[in-house]
Amino acid sequence: MKVLFRLNGEETAMDTAPDRRVVNLLREDLHLTGTKESCGAGDCGACTILVDGESRLSCLMLAAQLQGRSITTIEGLANGETLHPVQAAFVEHGAVQCGFCSPGMVLASVDLLKRNPSPSRTEIRTGLAGNLCRCTGYQKIVDAVEAAARGGRGEERP
Amino acid sequence: MIGAMNLRDRALSVGTSVPRFDALDKVTGREKFAADYYDGDFLWAGAKRAGVPHARLRKVDVDRARQAPGVVAVLTRDAVQGTNRQGVVRKDQPVLADDKVRHCGDPVALVLAENKQALREALDAIAVDLEILPAVLDMDDALVEGSPLVHEGNPGGNTLLRGELLTGSGLAAASECDVLIEARFETPRQEHAYLETEAGWAQVGTDGRLTIVCSTQTPFRDRAEAAEALGLDPGNVRIVAPYPGGAFGGKDGITVQTLLGLAALHSAGRPVKMWWGREESFVAGTKRHAARMYYRLGAKSDGRLHFLEARLTLDTGPYDHLGGVVLTLALEHMGGPYRIPNVAIEGRAVYTNNPIGGAFRGFGVTQVTSAMEQMTDMLARRLRMDPIELRLKNAVQRGDRNFVGTTLVRSTGIVECLEVLSRHPLWKTRREFVESAPPFKHRGAGMAAVMQASSYGPVVPDVANAKVELTLDGKIRVYCGVVDMGQGTASTSAQIAGSILGQDAAHVELVLPDTDRTLPCGSASASRCTYAFGNALIGAAETLRDRILLRAADFLMAGPKEEMAVTPGAVRHLPTGREINLARLAQLLGESERTATHRFRTPVATDRITSDETLRLHGFGHNLFSYGAHAALVEVDELTGAVDVKGYLAVSDCGRVMNPQIYEQQIQGAVAQGLGLALSEELLLDGGRVLTPDLTTYIIPTAPDVPEIESVAVEIYEHTGPYGLKGVGEVATSGALPAVANAVAGACGVRLWSAPWTAERVFEALRNREALR
Repeated sequence: MKVLFRLNGEETAMDTAPDRRVVNLLREDLHLTGTKESCGAGDCGACTILVDGESRLSCLMLAAQLQGRSITTIEGLANGETLHPVQAAFVEHGAVQCGFCSPGMVLASVDLLKRNPSPSRTEIRTGLAGNLCRCTGYQKIVDAVEAAARGGRGEERP
Repeated sequence: MIGAMNLRDRALSVGTSVPRFDALDKVTGREKFAADYYDGDFLWAGAKRAGVPHARLRKVDVDRARQAPGVVAVLTRDAVQGTNRQGVVRKDQPVLADDKVRHCGDPVALVLAENKQALREALDAIAVDLEILPAVLDMDDALVEGSPLVHEGNPGGNTLLRGELLTGSGLAAASECDVLIEARFETPRQEHAYLETEAGWAQVGTDGRLTIVCSTQTPFRDRAEAAEALGLDPGNVRIVAPYPGGAFGGKDGITVQTLLGLAALHSAGRPVKMWWGREESFVAGTKRHAARMYYRLGAKSDGRLHFLEARLTLDTGPYDHLGGVVLTLALEHMGGPYRIPNVAIEGRAVYTNNPIGGAFRGFGVTQVTSAMEQMTDMLARRLRMDPIELRLKNAVQRGDRNFVGTTLVRSTGIVECLEVLSRHPLWKTRREFVESAPPFKHRGAGMAAVMQASSYGPVVPDVANAKVELTLDGKIRVYCGVVDMGQGTASTSAQIAGSILGQDAAHVELVLPDTDRTLPCGSASASRCTYAFGNALIGAAETLRDRILLRAADFLMAGPKEEMAVTPGAVRHLPTGREINLARLAQLLGESERTATHRFRTPVATDRITSDETLRLHGFGHNLFSYGAHAALVEVDELTGAVDVKGYLAVSDCGRVMNPQIYEQQIQGAVAQGLGLALSEELLLDGGRVLTPDLTTYIIPTAPDVPEIESVAVEIYEHTGPYGLKGVGEVATSGALPAVANAVAGACGVRLWSAPWTAERVFEALRNREALR
């Protein structure tokens, strides 16, 4: 089928099987390999993308579900060379180690902060419970999201 | 908003939290992992797994699979031209199964197909004719006379390696103790559960050389192993290692490498990609060894440890992998960081038909530390001593011999760690925490001491070779031969080179491990990366700096090199302010002058603590140790048995800290993995088959499961370390299990002998305790 959607701000038309997994469409067909796959079953959050601004798991979405939607992948989050504040905070606060969870974790954090611009550390942990990280023990990810939230409220540079 | 360039415009000074070099490309999705390759007309490769734990392989019928649409090749053992064996110490693991299947994950055939759908269908179309054999499913049963054998030709039967050590008067000392306690412990198989499952791609070039790009901790060892197994000249094999998406020991050795190499030899020059799914990773990948331990610990009435008897059995699965080495390191840590004059310890790594036991952060130390540190707490309780006081009374100091008899000639900070812990607010306020337990909750505080050896041991050379280059565009390029799987070695390497050569982040480039471009550095393991490679890199960077200064001085007709300084992008004559930029200087230098190399070999223990040459070959013993003291505050739910860790403190002696942020990452991440092992992680098997083959059923910690972890560094300068550091990669892994166990015991008086302490197990123990009353 022909699927029309906005991808990182660009109108995109794809001729694809309606039941093609979105993660495959992004990685294999569009070579947007920033979106990771780790479990293929919705357990880990590595394949998180934003669909109309809300975080979704691209391994559990089919191509037909993209119709008419606006998709942001990790490649579309920064504005040119200017990082999104959450990305900058992840770099600055040591939230990245192996980096395989990072794209999904960043996008889930963007969604979390949109819904709750002033989360407590507990709320950040709960909000990111669907995104697994095996390297950091999560603490510096929480630090980064907290800093990005402060930055978003104009309290400090992230 | 922060521009990407701002992040790169940082001074690279040692001792500061310079943001990680790799973070920018990882948060923007630009970093290409081994799994991210989809270029050109690549083929998919996949393995047909045996699915049974033990069988004689009669025939692999591939005819139907070969004829399936989209299938390019179906290969069996006959296609392997080399030894068809891989392994690190003992090469006992086939690339493709030949006479026998020895665990469910053994590959029996390899398929190359145009797409994943065709691959799946072809794998299903392969018929494997097996004669099922009785399986060896329990490590103790494996040692019983008449047990089926995993490897018929093995002289030790199902014993891969046995080691023992006697010191002082050994077992006879038991009768000299005023207090003697004994217990048995079990720890489970732990899955690495890295986010990036095993992946890579390979291709034979027009020059006939095989290139394998893969997620690995050991590119140089992979090259030798793959060449031998596949019958190739090592010079015709190139291994390229991008940043792995996590490894933790699970990529310390061959995963996809040989299969990919074999596939590429049969793809008519097309690139071939392999990426294990999560279930395949669980079934075929290595695990932390399941362990059974018997301990007897004796002391004098004043708390001086006098005697230790300990026995350890490790389930190494069907292949050595690194099982013998893991066993040996476990033996060397069985008695913890204490002086114990009389010791009788013994351990075995045992072949079974269960999944393969291999390297996992902690490397055998995690298992034995969990037992020893619970024993120490139980002993303190019997002696009515404070657990820290008892440990301090026995803790080793520099110049002491540790319990296996090694003289501790390097920095030894366990006493400092224990003292810092005892003064820390988290520990000092533990009584208030315990006493303010809400209704239906029990609270407790527990602690544990940890130690972890670094490097390979007395026989196998622990060597790193560094190379730095002044590029023609005036940048410093660091050739890192040691893999950065997330621990941050690439970043600290940039920090070292930048610091010595006066460059900021924008003027330093990294070349990641590549057997054609970088120099051999050994494995990314054994808490050795920044220690060994850092030492090598300091030598190379200083050589290059001195050469740059001298040549710049010549060019500027300036005075001695002491008057010259390298600044970002330039060299300046300080008295006159005259400069030559590095790009210009690079053009004037000869090709060979622009690079410098340096080799570092880690010094080893000179004490001969054993005459067993096999144990020495496997690494017994070390002389460089990191130490730590951990404390956990827990709350046990009386109604559900759930254990909630409310606070955690890790005090560590890993020498001086090169980058506080990366250091904390290592401590916090290791503690989280230890907490997973303590509370939720257990790879369950039924008849050798994995019952928990996914992240739905195998539970690793999520963000709400992990408490805030306080990390304190006891910075004792280690004179052999780069900038005074020691390894920090593993030492924090082993404290959580015993600290939580000791806290749970304190909270509700139950001690579980078999980890993890899941809610069900704790609930059951609480109920039994009630029944006993």
